[in-house]
Amino acid sequence: MAYTTSQPQPGGFLSRLGFGGKARSRKTAVAAEEMKRVQFTSPVLPYLFLFPQLAVIFIFFYWPSVQAVSSSFYLEDPFGFGSTFVGLSNYTDVIFSSEYQSIALFTAVFTVLVTFLSLSLGLLLAVKADRVIRGASTYKTLLIAIYAIAAPVSGLIGMMIFDQHVGPFVKMMSYFGWHMQVGLNYYDTAFAMTVVAVWKQIPYNFIFFLSGLQNVPVSVREAAMIDCRSGMRRFWTVILPLLAPTAFFLLTINVTYALFDTFGIIDVMVKDKPANNPVTLVYKVYADGFRGNDIGGSSAQSVILMIVVFVLTIFQFRFIERRVHYN
Amino acid sequence: MAAIDISSVGKIYNGGVRAVTDIDLDIKDGEFIVLVGPSGCGKSTLLRMVAGLEAISEGTVKIGDRVVNEVEPADRDIAMVFQNYALYPHMTVRQNLEYGLKNRKTPKAEIDARVAEAARMLEITQYLDRKPRALSGGQRQRVAMGRAIVRKPAAFLFDEPLSNLDAKLRVSMRGEIKRLQRRLGTTSIYVTHDQLEAMTLADRLVVLNGGKIEQVGSPLDVYHTPASTFVASFIGSPAMNLVKAELQGDRLAIGPSQISLNGYAPTSGAVTVGLRAEDLRVVSSAEGMPFTVEYVEELGSQRLAHGLVGDQAVTIALSGEAEITDSMRLSIDPSKLHFFDAETGRRLDVRAPATAVAAVAEPVA
Repeated sequence: MAYTTSQPQPGGFLSRLGFGGKARSRKTAVAAEEMKRVQFTSPVLPYLFLFPQLAVIFIFFYWPSVQAVSSSFYLEDPFGFGSTFVGLSNYTDVIFSSEYQSIALFTAVFTVLVTFLSLSLGLLLAVKADRVIRGASTYKTLLIAIYAIAAPVSGLIGMMIFDQHVGPFVKMMSYFGWHMQVGLNYYDTAFAMTVVAVWKQIPYNFIFFLSGLQNVPVSVREAAMIDCRSGMRRFWTVILPLLAPTAFFLLTINVTYALFDTFGIIDVMVKDKPANNPVTLVYKVYADGFRGNDIGGSSAQSVILMIVVFVLTIFQFRFIERRVHYN
Repeated sequence: MAAIDISSVGKIYNGGVRAVTDIDLDIKDGEFIVLVGPSGCGKSTLLRMVAGLEAISEGTVKIGDRVVNEVEPADRDIAMVFQNYALYPHMTVRQNLEYGLKNRKTPKAEIDARVAEAARMLEITQYLDRKPRALSGGQRQRVAMGRAIVRKPAAFLFDEPLSNLDAKLRVSMRGEIKRLQRRLGTTSIYVTHDQLEAMTLADRLVVLNGGKIEQVGSPLDVYHTPASTFVASFIGSPAMNLVKAELQGDRLAIGPSQISLNGYAPTSGAVTVGLRAEDLRVVSSAEGMPFTVEYVEELGSQRLAHGLVGDQAVTIALSGEAEITDSMRLSIDPSKLHFFDAETGRRLDVRAPATAVAAVAEPVA
């Protein structure tokens, strides 16, 4: 799997990606049982083998989390001269701040839009590319290539496209009477940000949807062709349900992407710009903590974010995965 | 139910590869046609062209009175059973059966009745609410057939439906398909590479080779008068012995030995002669062809002795109790010989000798 993300993922998740589903994970379980029977000469040895992985998880995940939770209860001196315990007031300050609320709302809208658009456009392109026969590999490579662009670079390219003076998109829109002011106008910036974020994520979704489509057995498609006249109806009733495992995986990845990985794009777009620009919660954590030196408030925000992600993950696996068919 | 008329149909793939050439086939209403041939002979391609899953490059296909070349598969009034079942894995058995009917806006009561009937016929009623993955191979194949039956189509198209089943199940499912087809009387085209399946199922066999029809006929016709060496070697188990021989007047020379033909000679010169393993007899007289046994296959009811006549491989089928010695002598009734052109492999018809001559031939057997 050359195209996995750097996101930490639940074990065995990728393997379920439409490549055999439950049967496969069952197989893994059997394999795991066999693994257990391996005899170690010393009882310490297995823990020694586990140590590097555990150390990484502990140092880069648990320790910072604990740090964040503990510092969220303190008011940190900006210059590092000690800290005062303030209880939950960091949290109440954040939650009842109207600025935070509007950023949270923007983040929600942004996440929904980016996830929905990049998933649906990726799927549309994959379905169309799946039908191409001549020059298929060139066509697919061209669609995938965008994924190789690093986030800040794509943010930069996006900036150029939406630039006040030289941006071709801005110029084009001005013919229609829309005078875009990215970086100044809240909604124009939000629009540009969403477009760039979606554009950046489409190739990723495209790759997975395409591989998912190619895993739908040809004979099942053909059986559907005989059973159902309308191609559209065939897509909704046969192809899409079989793509559901892929779509579910991508939904998780895309939500994470929209929430966290759009940081680079947002940074390029709003840095050095006036304050009235849309940012997401993650960006606010960064801005408050590292620009504003409000370590306590920033920690409280990141804890809230952690809880949101936790709830979201539970929701996804509990309620959506159940409806997903694993063949 | 309808007749299917395939006339001068050919298939050329992108890039100019020719898969099927000039096929003419008239399938009567209710007939069970089996397309048989080795892999790559174009039998599946032909079936898929009838189904509409493959564009027809040349010629026309008519189902009933309608030319269907440009008709969508869903509108051709056919149902297909695939080798790997091709069930919709996310639907229950019932939904699988209903899917084609729902898309055709069949009334709900009608759908329920048809599904219930098909399920009863195929004995899958207790599995209706299961997903295909919870079924065995044989059960899945029944569901696939059920999906075809509920549609009540003009024709069933079977694409090697039994190839994925184990040998025992294959035999019983074969019987079941035959029984169902008789009962429903639906025109069927069945593709297989298994000659035994072809023989047992077909009303008429179509033997294909290299994208062309080698022979069309009833299973026994094809077995007893194969039109070419290809058909002769493909139909029947063990395969017909094909040996090089020379016709010298009324005598046939196979290696060192000679057989008197009693007027059965079709031509003269070099020919390929076909001898069915079960037509060869062991004789004690010195007249017979000398046969050296190399090894014996025990089939229980039969013993197959593989060996050489001269330097050519020959197999003979003997009864289960027959004694086999290292070297034996064989004879054959000249009327049971099959002659093929040594060059083209086409059958050479024997001008039937006068009855008086035939009577003389009897003692030889």
